[in-house]
Amino acid sequence: MRHSTFFWFFLPTAAAMLLFIAFPILSVVMQSIYAPHSAVLIEVETCTPLVGCTMETTVDQEATAALRASEPLGRFVGLDIFFDRGHLAVSEVAGMWRDTATWSGFVEGLSNLPFYRAMAFTLTFTFVVTPAVIIFGLLIALAVNSLHAWLKGVVIFFSLLPFVVTPLIGALVLFWMIDSRGILGTALQWLVSDPDLSLKASTGLMWISLIVYGIWHAAPFAFVIFYAGLQTLPMDQIEAAEIDGATRLQRIRYVVIPHLMPLVTFVALIQLMDNFRVFEPIVGFNAAAHATSISWFIFNDLGGETRQLSSASASSVLTIIGVSILLLPVLVRTWNDFKGKT
Amino acid sequence: MSSRARKQPLGLQILIYGFAGLWLIMAAFPFLWTAWGSFKVELDFFSIADWTYALTGERTKAEYGSPFTDAGYKGAWVQESFYRNVINTFIICFFVVCTSLTIGTLGGYALSRSNYRYTFILLITALIFRAMPPITLVAGYMLPFFQWNVWGLMPTTIIVLVAINQPFTLWMLHSFFQNIPKELDESAKVDGCTQFQAFRHVIIPVMWPGVITTGLFSFLLAYNDFAVTAMLLSEENRTMVPQVAAFLGTTYTEGNIMFAVASVVSATAPLFILVMFFQRQIVSGLTQGAVKG
Repeated sequence: MRHSTFFWFFLPTAAAMLLFIAFPILSVVMQSIYAPHSAVLIEVETCTPLVGCTMETTVDQEATAALRASEPLGRFVGLDIFFDRGHLAVSEVAGMWRDTATWSGFVEGLSNLPFYRAMAFTLTFTFVVTPAVIIFGLLIALAVNSLHAWLKGVVIFFSLLPFVVTPLIGALVLFWMIDSRGILGTALQWLVSDPDLSLKASTGLMWISLIVYGIWHAAPFAFVIFYAGLQTLPMDQIEAAEIDGATRLQRIRYVVIPHLMPLVTFVALIQLMDNFRVFEPIVGFNAAAHATSISWFIFNDLGGETRQLSSASASSVLTIIGVSILLLPVLVRTWNDFKGKT
Repeated sequence: MSSRARKQPLGLQILIYGFAGLWLIMAAFPFLWTAWGSFKVELDFFSIADWTYALTGERTKAEYGSPFTDAGYKGAWVQESFYRNVINTFIICFFVVCTSLTIGTLGGYALSRSNYRYTFILLITALIFRAMPPITLVAGYMLPFFQWNVWGLMPTTIIVLVAINQPFTLWMLHSFFQNIPKELDESAKVDGCTQFQAFRHVIIPVMWPGVITTGLFSFLLAYNDFAVTAMLLSEENRTMVPQVAAFLGTTYTEGNIMFAVASVVSATAPLFILVMFFQRQIVSGLTQGAVKG
């Protein structure tokens, strides 16, 4: 295809991505290093006879408007927002580093800072859910693959539901069931014979519930992909392994899993990207008191009356950096593959 | 699986059926349970007295004379005008799917028919964009949208969702078009067609299976979005998902939790139907990226 033809074909989608993905990223970076102007204050001396003169501080509306008009981006603050208490909290962390003697004390101090708290949950969620989804999805795929043909269709149909359903709605459906008055909540209370058990009350249990939700939601995705991979299994290799006396487990370990390995990489990549943005379950589970994620952190800044754009932008930039670090190994590998091909 | 040697011992077979059954229950039961419970009163759905009330509807019987009631649905759809959110959702989904498929097929086709280095760079850029959590972009939209006075409008949200959709659409259609032999449009070009005419007369007639699959995923993305629609739509333009979230804020205090349950079930029903009719396409769409990747 000629360059000019390519250009015209690609123009609409390029324009959409440039205007609504690339520019917003730039604008987020700009907003994170500029803070909104505070109002200009002036001191006015008001004198009344007999009482005397008093100094009063008032907002100079005109000057404020003029300042906002002349520098619409706001006041340049550099990296201040990144380093403040709501984000990286550099001075607090440095202070704790100096003052706390033990590691556990330091970690506990970190967990009181909102950004690090969100980071801790996001990373835990990402790195627990991703491998769990892969293992669980593989087990389901292996099990379903050896079912009767007519059962397979039914299982696949219902399996798709947790993945296809809106994350917020899926989270709510589970949340209502694990409520202490819901069926799973009651069942749990009965199992551990503790009538006061509530998953909502403890941070640890809340984290576990969110992780269980994450696995439940994404396992179908891994399952469907591994199941498709199982349909193309090299039968001759399996038979050869059988003749050589490999047991069932050995056949899975040495033939099936290597065959599925490229798919595992694919699922891991997609899952890392998706789990890092975990957000809806926290809203659905009403879990903000126990667990916050980086995406929730940004959402919280943006919502409400105040709309703290600078703060949200700084968190967004930090998230983008985080995503880039996660993706970097994959990108380097793809790039090398491409170089090798040409 | 005809070989006698591959026949499983009974124990393993029980294990396999047990595990598949367990997963089936895990996947399906929450939805069936919530759908059943949505026709009950709150004291049955969240039963302190006895969990079987959720099945039999004792309190519902006491209150309405029958174990089923449509009070939750009436409250949500009539009293809280949930139907408006449903209409908004379908308007937004329709336009998002149409627009993103139109510009996505053009772009994906171009990517699949060009071998220069920049196509690879564009695909990688799209992958990076796909990795960006949508909520990080929302912070960048707010200020310009307020300034141009377009915040809260449906077209704004449609364009934003189309753009967020593009990276995924491009990847999917790119790999789909690569499976259509290049000889088709090349022979058309030899016969004197321009590239666009070749696309129009040769490729469009055979591209529908891939386009429908991609369209399903575009639809799901628009339908399931919460971060963007919650932040960018004004109250009267709200779609279903942010409305459900808004219900939660108010209903926990007012005791109208069944409104939220009813609206959750209403919002799940279209997805249920979608999976029923397009199961094959969804599965093939999911696997297509993986097999190629």
